[in-house]
Amino acid sequence: MLEVDGITKSFGGLKAVDGVSLSVKQGSLVSLIGPNGAGKTTFFALITGFHRPDGGTVQFDGKNIMGAKPSDIAQAGMVRTFQIVQPFAGQTVRENIAVGAHLRHASRRDALDRAAEVAEKVGLGDRLDMDAASLTVAGRKRLEVARALATDPKLVLFDEVLAGLNPSEIRDVIPVIRAVRDSGVTILLIEHVMQAVMQLSEYTWVLNQGRLIAEGPPRAVAADKAVIEAYLGPGMAARLSAQAKREPAHA
Amino acid sequence: MINRNQLLTLLIVFAIIGTAPFLITRESTLNTVILILYVALLGQAWNILGGYGGQFSFGHAAFFGTGAYSVAVLQLQYGINPWIGLFIGGLLAMGVALFIGFASFRYGLRGSYFALVTLAFAEVLRILSNSVSFTGGGVGILIPLSRDPANMQFANNVGYFWLIWALCLACFLTVWWLGRSRFGAWLQAVRDNEDAARALGVDVFATKMKAAALSGFFSGLAGVFYAQFYLYLDPAIAYGSAVSIESLLVPIIGGMGTLFGPLIGAAVTHLLAETTRHFVGDVPGIALAIYGLLLILVVMFLPRGLISIFGRIGGLFGSRRAADA
Ligand SMILES: Nc1ncnc2c1ncn2[C@@H]1O[C@H](COP(=O)(O)OP(=O)(O)OP(=O)(O)O)[C@@H](O)[C@H]1O
Ligand SMILES: [Mg+2]
Repeated sequence: MLEVDGITKSFGGLKAVDGVSLSVKQGSLVSLIGPNGAGKTTFFALITGFHRPDGGTVQFDGKNIMGAKPSDIAQAGMVRTFQIVQPFAGQTVRENIAVGAHLRHASRRDALDRAAEVAEKVGLGDRLDMDAASLTVAGRKRLEVARALATDPKLVLFDEVLAGLNPSEIRDVIPVIRAVRDSGVTILLIEHVMQAVMQLSEYTWVLNQGRLIAEGPPRAVAADKAVIEAYLGPGMAARLSAQAKREPAHA
Repeated sequence: MINRNQLLTLLIVFAIIGTAPFLITRESTLNTVILILYVALLGQAWNILGGYGGQFSFGHAAFFGTGAYSVAVLQLQYGINPWIGLFIGGLLAMGVALFIGFASFRYGLRGSYFALVTLAFAEVLRILSNSVSFTGGGVGILIPLSRDPANMQFANNVGYFWLIWALCLACFLTVWWLGRSRFGAWLQAVRDNEDAARALGVDVFATKMKAAALSGFFSGLAGVFYAQFYLYLDPAIAYGSAVSIESLLVPIIGGMGTLFGPLIGAAVTHLLAETTRHFVGDVPGIALAIYGLLLILVVMFLPRGLISIFGRIGGLFGSRRAADA
């Protein structure tokens, strides 16, 4: 469904994304993780046309979408959300979601009806007529998800939709994401919340300083030496395993 | 849906305004109504791009003046009937809007940069119209008197009233449509957050261009009306900043991004300016001073415009909040 090959982007001297290749199969729920500043959001921006890549190729649904406009990519069925939520402030929740719905529905009434449906799905059904700006953080995250889903995407890219939520809110949203996948939408998510990555995704890629350093099922990846060092600093993997060996002696 | 109510309200308001020529016998009073409608048209035209699209133009005179000069020059130089000139004027104004829009939106100019570019274009056109001959240069252009509806000149104000009433209604219906159409939803999405709109499949550039085209078209129609009403134009009238300022003040004072804001803004600003003129005489620039004062008061106390006074009724009068409730 999505084939990215050697995609690269520099900002000045900084290689934010450096030769990243990955492929996402239709119907899967997979994730991209990595420490702060690893280049995850930039990667999303590159494949959705928000940034122009310096090199590499992106194929979506069998078509080359390198250099395509974000709106054309959304039209083709790949839609991103924003890590820093971007509500249409001053518009209601229903109006916000309807903007997404309009991608597939020309009529205002259809778009508004579809918006109400999607809102129900993500748990915003009771806040349809509220100003989007007055939603809580958790509400705004749900709104990001809802607007993207309202475009009827084939592949949706969630950028840290769980960040900033408390554990009980996370527990509420996880089933929503799973239901989206079960309804046939392919999902690639960026997440810091490890619990979510472990629970949700079937496969994960780890990005560090613009490069992929590991990939595989989340559990295997979490035990990977390079990954632990990327998150916790050099030498940590060795210390952790040494500690693990000492543990039985303490017992 | 309240939208149907909004259309009904719009039609009722215009029907009530339409009684003016039957009820008002004094020429000067009818004249006031005509000028309010004319200013409402200017303001509503600006409101399409500025209020609904969030692209603040400081140079709507570029479109207004193009419409005005088009109808005048086409008559004088080519003998083209002003009724045809009305459409050509609107279309040429639209062309200017598309040109300015392309030059700005292509390069992502927003906010004050866009405002400055529009202002600069209007100034360039003012200087050009001053120096070429077919506009009559600095002397101006006089449309010969021939009071005949076939020439879009009317023996009394009643004819002009129906002309501006119809143009205004067309513009207000267009804006009503914005409030209930996909294009309008996309336009407001672009205004409120360009990146989010883009991510959801909105072609931001195309959306702004279409809004500029509509806005320029109606502004051009206001220019045509002005030319036929006063039968005189010069570069300062057509492309001067007074029209640009009036275009943006009216919706800002009345309520940007609302259907009825420009009408309320037009009525209040015009009546206030006329009342002042009545008391202090025709001091040059007094109208702009009044507008400025009103603007400061509105920005301080009613940032969403006079329409927000209406509160719940305001909803019916077309605030965005109620548009889809
Ligand atoms: N528009 C930009 N201009 C310059 N540098 C940028 C830009 N966008 C991102 N960067 C830099 O690129 C690097 C990668 O940033 P990015 O936002 O992609 O990281 P991330 O993995 O999403 O991090 P986080 O987990 O904090 O969201 C960072 O060093 C960032 O400062
Ligand atoms: Mg990020």
